[in-house]
Amino acid sequence: MSMTITEKIIAKAAGCEHVQPDENVWINVDILLTHDICGPGTIGVFKREFGDTAKVWDKNKVVIIPDHYIYTKDEKAHRNVDTLRDFAKEQDLPYFYDPGTISYKGVCHDALPQEGHVRPGEVIFGTDSHTCTHGALGAFSSGIGNTDAGFVMGTGKLLIKVPKTLRFNINGEKPDYITGKDIILRIIGDIGVDGATYCAMEFRGDTISKMSIEERMTICNMAIEAGGKNGIIEPDDKAIEYIKSKTGQPFEALYSDPDCSVEKDYDYDVSSFVPCIAEPHLPSKYAPASERSDVKIDHAYIGSCTGGKITDFIMAAKILKGNRVSVDTFLVPATVEVAEGLITESIDGKSLVEIFAEAGCIDIAPPSCAACLGGPEDTFGRTKNNEVVISTTNRNFIGRMGSKDAPVYLASPLTVAASAITGKITDPRNFM
Amino acid sequence: MSKIKKITGKVYVLEDNIDTDLIIPAIYLNLVPTIPEEYDKLGSYALSGLPENFDDFIAKGETKSEFTIIIAGRNFGCGSSREHAPICLGAAGTIAIVAESYARIFFRNSVATGEVYPLESTERLRDKFQNGDLAEIDMDNATITKTDTNETFQLKSLGAVAPVIEAGGIFEYARKEGMIT
Ligand code: SF4
Repeated sequence: MSMTITEKIIAKAAGCEHVQPDENVWINVDILLTHDICGPGTIGVFKREFGDTAKVWDKNKVVIIPDHYIYTKDEKAHRNVDTLRDFAKEQDLPYFYDPGTISYKGVCHDALPQEGHVRPGEVIFGTDSHTCTHGALGAFSSGIGNTDAGFVMGTGKLLIKVPKTLRFNINGEKPDYITGKDIILRIIGDIGVDGATYCAMEFRGDTISKMSIEERMTICNMAIEAGGKNGIIEPDDKAIEYIKSKTGQPFEALYSDPDCSVEKDYDYDVSSFVPCIAEPHLPSKYAPASERSDVKIDHAYIGSCTGGKITDFIMAAKILKGNRVSVDTFLVPATVEVAEGLITESIDGKSLVEIFAEAGCIDIAPPSCAACLGGPEDTFGRTKNNEVVISTTNRNFIGRMGSKDAPVYLASPLTVAASAITGKITDPRNFM
Repeated sequence: MSKIKKITGKVYVLEDNIDTDLIIPAIYLNLVPTIPEEYDKLGSYALSGLPENFDDFIAKGETKSEFTIIIAGRNFGCGSSREHAPICLGAAGTIAIVAESYARIFFRNSVATGEVYPLESTERLRDKFQNGDLAEIDMDNATITKTDTNETFQLKSLGAVAPVIEAGGIFEYARKEGMIT
């Protein structure tokens, strides 16, 4: 019986020949990811259920990447990182990326593949809904809560329902002004915030093959914004090469059978796409950027797992080079590697750091989640009062970036940069 | 969440797409649910992300809610995987949610923790109830009855998760199944 890539990975992890959608199976987990927001609670569940002296099922498979509340004076936030630190020591965990040390990385979803923990054909669970990002490299990767994560920590297993697959066939010549973010916002706009609930979202097609790994991650990252269980892209040569540059560990890439059946196919031709935004307060509120040019903004934000990668900053720099921003513009690289890239990457002999400084952006913050989820009061870029925000992040729920009264528009780095210049929502083609 | 037959109490009514930032704003995510005082604190902030024009879910000066049943529209609990969301509702005193549909992770977290019963309605009940109405849920027959009019509405059966709910969460279920000791 033929299977999709998602079904194949689950079948392999369940030790069965074949699985089908809606079947419940116990599967073996390859990587458990947690961070400072959900790690302490996960550890609490693990100890409560398995005992104070219990050991994690496999110390090489537990990856702890603190990233959410790092640059804050909030005492509980520090206490939580201490809890992780103590646990990593007690369990002798090799993959704890400790803030304040050379091993600190930044946002977990960017650090996980960068450090070689994402491998095709494997099963990743993380205590963060955007764990779906890692499907961009051909893994089955999904977000779970603390209780399930505590269970995985003790047993290395989880009971899951096999998702149906929605397949998005994305073809056509992609114009320069169209980014991964424009593609996924368009899809979520079409299917809605619950359009993929319980389903795997598989992305394929010529356009996807030509995209960078980072742009593929932007797309898979937002599968959860349509309710998806996982986002996934079959690992092509580009993906395999990327993985091999990050890890020497063996892996077995899996692929959909050519004749596999899926719940539904969606066909897109990106040559007709236009730069877009998602209006407050849902990621599904799609609108072409050019049709909202009357919306004034006060605050521009470039950062997060989905919008703070080096490729995102390069896109923003292309627009900002030689221009001045007219609103407060906050830049938060996702990881330390991205922050270094801002210094080493250049456009026409100018580093990105110089381009951003000359454009009048606020000094670049150290890598973390920062205001993507609001965070403690002293978080960099946290929204205030009723300012209007345009952001490369992935959620625009009420209060998501801090203030309940500050509406958030989601957009690509190109659109955010163009809007930062004019102070109004702006189609980036005006600057290209 | 042990086996329970009837849930009675006041209802609180919500819209479609109630996201986890509305249920528990990120500023409170520094609280760790497995620490008892912080569990109670999380409860006191339940649904505090709702805009000001909503009725208080927790009365001023109180730490628990008078509403034991939440009735909502589609896609309840969308957004983050934060388990703080079902936990804060459970800690506030909510016993059951009756929504038209759930976001997957919220539903799963409700079942795994045993904090609240995530029940599904077969029709749009958010238009049939108002804040403060009394209701009774009959778990055996999968129905909810509006006390003052005696109208009864059918709920969906719990399906494949029923054994996990009946066991009291993922750990108890796994113990029953002999997966863990
Ligand atoms: S950057 Fe934002 S969306 Fe990504 S993990 Fe951090 S808080 Fe979540």
